[in-house]
Amino acid sequence: MAFYFLRRIGETFVTLLLITLLVFCLTRLTGDPAALLLPPESSEASRQYFRVHHGLDRALPIQYVTYLRNVAAGDFGTSFRLGEPAIEIVWRALGPTLALAGLGMLLSIFIGVPLGIAAAASPRPWVKRLVGGYSSLGQALPPFWTGLTLVMIFALWLPLLPTSGYGAPRYYVLPALTLAISTSSAIAGLTAANMTEALRSDFIALERVLGLSETRVLLKHALRNASLPIVTYLGLQFGLILGGAIVTERVFAWPGIGQRIVEAILTRDYPVVQAVVLVTALLFMLINLLVDLLYMVLDARLRT
Amino acid sequence: MSDSHIVGATPSSTIPWLERWFPSSASAGGQPPLPIVTCVCCALLVVAAIFGTWLAPYPKEAVSLGDSLLPPAWQAGGTMRHLLGTDQLGRDMLSRLIAGARISLATAAAATLVSGMFGVLVGLVAGYVGGILESVAMRVVDAFLALPFILLALALVATLGTGFGNIIMVMVIANWARYARLVRSEVLTVKQRDFVTLARIAGVRPLTIMLRHVLPNVLNSVVVLAILDVGRAIILESSLSFLGVGIQPPDVSWGLMLADGRTFMGFAWWLTTLPGLMIVFAVLSFNSLGRWLHVRFDPRGQL
Repeated sequence: MAFYFLRRIGETFVTLLLITLLVFCLTRLTGDPAALLLPPESSEASRQYFRVHHGLDRALPIQYVTYLRNVAAGDFGTSFRLGEPAIEIVWRALGPTLALAGLGMLLSIFIGVPLGIAAAASPRPWVKRLVGGYSSLGQALPPFWTGLTLVMIFALWLPLLPTSGYGAPRYYVLPALTLAISTSSAIAGLTAANMTEALRSDFIALERVLGLSETRVLLKHALRNASLPIVTYLGLQFGLILGGAIVTERVFAWPGIGQRIVEAILTRDYPVVQAVVLVTALLFMLINLLVDLLYMVLDARLRT
Repeated sequence: MSDSHIVGATPSSTIPWLERWFPSSASAGGQPPLPIVTCVCCALLVVAAIFGTWLAPYPKEAVSLGDSLLPPAWQAGGTMRHLLGTDQLGRDMLSRLIAGARISLATAAAATLVSGMFGVLVGLVAGYVGGILESVAMRVVDAFLALPFILLALALVATLGTGFGNIIMVMVIANWARYARLVRSEVLTVKQRDFVTLARIAGVRPLTIMLRHVLPNVLNSVVVLAILDVGRAIILESSLSFLGVGIQPPDVSWGLMLADGRTFMGFAWWLTTLPGLMIVFAVLSFNSLGRWLHVRFDPRGQL
């Protein structure tokens, strides 16, 4: 198992390196990084100074090593628009995004898992069909539209909740719900499939014959067997939640990384774009690594 | 190299699980019936996209300030001249929704086609040739799949810029890796089959084996993935357009219409609701077509 741990960490590291290479190539894709990394209105003289100062006149491999060193030190450059280090802008925005994504995730689990169990365990076919419909529909709903529709209903027509903003708990309700609708539908589908499979296995039939109560069979034994794929999936789902959060933040003027990266793209504030992409990628990969390791600890079969 | 724990790979869809969970059609032994409603919906969308300019009652950019913000015909104040109402500049909603269908579907189709072809090429060569080439290619695929889709797209938009052509390119770069991963893993299985070994012994050139013997055997799952991808591509394009970094005016896209209508949402519900419904309708139609194809042609595939 130790070998697997190490290999898994090594793979994560290699993939991270490749992502930095990808982002590095992106800045060079348009030909002149100075044009991209300096404000559009900067003069040719300051561009030339920038090129020499940042070693952009040197060979590409040397440039990449320099770039890696800067990134490892957390230096992503200075935001043109706000005049402070890009990394600090990202750090500040990370808190609200993680709060939103975390709450959305919790809500999705609390909606999705019971729905999935109900679909798998209920003898009535309409329950299955209803949850199936929710699962397909939820995944076809673009989060920004769900968000806007919720705002229209619960903030404009029935003025119960704020339309947008950040702060008190009531500001969290609509954005978290928006995220939860798309994610819980996926979780419901997955839970239903895995529970159905677990309920078909022999040991469940045996327990029923032995006369264990149905609730106990369902929640204690079937759910435990169905939970491993669900846990793995939640790790992957975190990427979708982050992606959804980026769009949702824009709807609710949430001061997170999604808002920052869109503003940065619209104002061509490239250092901030770069910092958001790399920090988010790092976060996402760390979470997946943790989920994988957790999976191994949970699943005795892998521990050989 | 094992695929069982690709780092951060976003699952292509939850469809396989749904399939297992709706066993009525798949495992009953018979083939699932042709979903007529789904086919009609997809056909309608495609017809609207292709012939939209002739079908639409007005040109998409026909401004008529006197008629601005008219509600749909069935609501008080609506007129039969504008069945689905008008926007803040008095442009006909129905005509703009049809025009949006063209852009949204064309972007999605082009992006899916090109990323499919590129991904198949990479996956085919990597899977068939193997060795160091395969390892390197698959690490690159992992790196592309390790970023949340929309984030990668945003990073690309920041360098490539916005607009129709660039958005297609962004979607291709953000999406090809999924095809490469799928095709490579399928090629690994097909490669082991006897007819490939026999062809190799008979001295058939590797390129011919790849194209004539391996490719046709992996194409089924590629087509299924591609149809399922159309829905994803529609959502991605509309998300980017909604964020203001996708399709730019004067082109029309559903996401862009939504973003434009936001300001008036409180009293003109149709400006945001109708384009949103179109997105949901299109995504649902293509997803259920894809799901049917999946059960019909690739029941044990590894999408």
